[in-house]
Amino acid sequence: MSRSYYESNARARIAGLLDANSFHEWLPAEARVTSPHLATLEQPAAFDDGVVIGQGSIAGKNIFIAAQEGGFMGGAVGEVHGAKIVGVLERAVRDHPAAVLLLLETGGVRLQEANAGLIAVSEVMRAILSARAAGVPVVVVIGGQYGCFGGMGIAARCASAIIMSEEGRLGLSGPEVIETARGVEEYDARDRALVWRTVGGKHRYLIGECDAIVPDSMEAFQQAIMTCIENGDDWSLEALKQEHQLLNERVKRFGTCKDGRDIWRELGWADPISIAMMDNDEFVKAAQGHRTKNN
Amino acid sequence: MTIENLKYRFDGGKPTQGVTTIVGVLGSGNLEVMVEPAALGGACEIEVSTAAQGFGKTWQAVMKDFFARHRVGDIRISVNDAGATPAIVSLRLDQAIETYKGKGK
Repeated sequence: MSRSYYESNARARIAGLLDANSFHEWLPAEARVTSPHLATLEQPAAFDDGVVIGQGSIAGKNIFIAAQEGGFMGGAVGEVHGAKIVGVLERAVRDHPAAVLLLLETGGVRLQEANAGLIAVSEVMRAILSARAAGVPVVVVIGGQYGCFGGMGIAARCASAIIMSEEGRLGLSGPEVIETARGVEEYDARDRALVWRTVGGKHRYLIGECDAIVPDSMEAFQQAIMTCIENGDDWSLEALKQEHQLLNERVKRFGTCKDGRDIWRELGWADPISIAMMDNDEFVKAAQGHRTKNN
Repeated sequence: MTIENLKYRFDGGKPTQGVTTIVGVLGSGNLEVMVEPAALGGACEIEVSTAAQGFGKTWQAVMKDFFARHRVGDIRISVNDAGATPAIVSLRLDQAIETYKGKGK
């Protein structure tokens, strides 16, 4: 039976992706390293502060992993939560695992923790870059209910590779935030089709912001993770220049587009509306030559 | 929002072996339950931290039922609750104990 990544919580995702019984948790729940800020505010605090970290293996390869729990405060990053992720990445700099896997599901900064949360997110970004600089690929997986938003959306894009499912969402300001700030005429957060063609997995794949899109099963994610690790991490000056050129072209090419569908049309899709209905294999095949990056 | 902390202790349970377990998520209408082995002379101690105030009697009843169902001893149960209903709490406790025992085999 193939298990859904989307439906699983953080611990079930780790169990589903790593080799059986290979996971060793760092700062487990019983260590009770909880948020001091939530205690001050007299709010309930999760035993693991909403993120599970540790070490395990995939196909025998040594993997460091952090999995955010979207069910606890929308996966928001507090001081302890952020420090745990940073710890995984800094340990990777020292120990050189085959990869660091970040299973992100988050609305971004935990607003209750204000500046401590903001600093935590920026430290995560810096730590991702440190791990990559040390030669350890950092692979981000986004396929949960809450998506990956706010500062953690930026952090995700600092990684070596991003793997998404169609259900996954990646962005900076989340749909509700945009609607609140700019009005419902600008963006209707309850229009799910609009939300998905703005921040959903398929759109991110087409505009080259995620490197692989997979069906919602543990096996599919696992396979894509292996491929990303095998592909390694190229952030030579040449690769960065190329990325900048792509971004420049993107602004020129899509700058006047009003909707994801306009972008897809510009990418050469004759019938952009059909994209939403395609299953994953069909979509990936059809996307060849119709995304900003080559496959 | 303030937190209410509740403590329960049930004596005369059967010492139950297992490995520290956590189930559930501290999300709205849900709860997380951690079960740890503890040398308590056969007792089962339960600590609840809940966002919903004033439900001490309901918790007492749910925990009493739980202990009557399982009669487990030498374990410590810690609960973080975000307003779960009694039925959800009972199911999570059952899940936690089953997982705790299963892992210990």
